[in-house]
Amino acid sequence: MDLGPHAAFIWASYAIYSVVVAGVIGWLVWDGARLKARLLELEAKGVSRRSRSMSAKPAAKEES
Amino acid sequence: MTKAAMNPQQSLTQRLANPTRFMELSGRVLPWLAAAAALLIAYALYLVFFVAPDDYQQGQTVKIMFIHVPAAWLGMLGYALIAVSSFGYLVFRHPLADVSAKAAAPLGAAFTFLALATGSLWGKPMWGTYWVWDARLTSMLILLFLYFGLMALRSAIEDDALAGKLCAVLGLVGVSILPIIKFSVDWWNTLHQPASVIRLDGPTIHPDLLWPLLYSAVGFSLLFFALHTKGMRNEILRRRLRSLTMAEVDRARTVSATAAAE
Repeated sequence: MDLGPHAAFIWASYAIYSVVVAGVIGWLVWDGARLKARLLELEAKGVSRRSRSMSAKPAAKEES
Repeated sequence: MTKAAMNPQQSLTQRLANPTRFMELSGRVLPWLAAAAALLIAYALYLVFFVAPDDYQQGQTVKIMFIHVPAAWLGMLGYALIAVSSFGYLVFRHPLADVSAKAAAPLGAAFTFLALATGSLWGKPMWGTYWVWDARLTSMLILLFLYFGLMALRSAIEDDALAGKLCAVLGLVGVSILPIIKFSVDWWNTLHQPASVIRLDGPTIHPDLLWPLLYSAVGFSLLFFALHTKGMRNEILRRRLRSLTMAEVDRARTVSATAAAE
């Protein structure tokens, strides 16, 4: 495809665009997968938000 | 009647305000949004490279416009989204508003950077320079710095609630940059051309160039909303993870305290 005398500027624009957009998509997908894996790991250990409130009660008693 | 008509709307807002319901709904919508964005962008690129004519003055460099203009619009839309979310967080304490503001910042920064980078690459062959300190270019650069400021401020404060409030204040104050960017080409003498699409008297671009631009703009807008939705989902997961990690620490403390007492 012949884009004329300024082809380098056109291709460079589209290349930067592709790299940045692909980078953002890749980062979001990787971040989401990492967070999901870590959450599953904690849930497999039996940790839940309820366990925090339950474990907070004895700790509060000790402080008093 | 008014009450009856408003109730469903209120319940929808309340339903969306619940992070668990948001996760369910966004999980269903996100694949469709991403697919629609991919299809529209692919069609727009086909029009750009195989159908759209060259500009009578700028020749083939006009092809840069089809990505430069949507990037500039989305750079500004990202900040408008942050401002609306910040308002929602400060005034209505909407639980997802802070999540939305946080997720929009890196996306807005990415598209603002792309507008500046592609504009610079378009400027060199057309203006003879990569950069000039004119009002439009400088105000876009300030927008990029505002995004960096928001992200730096949030990461500098450990207390999430405080970080959210301070970022919301900065987000609302910084929104004044948007009208400055929009009207910079009218208020000052700039090398950048005046608005040619969003004008009171209608677009001044020929339809053969306008339609591919609009397809590209809609496609990248859908991509932006898909990425924003994904970013919000990630942020909700991050907050859940933090909450569970705290629970794990509490549990470990309790176990060790019990063992010490025995």
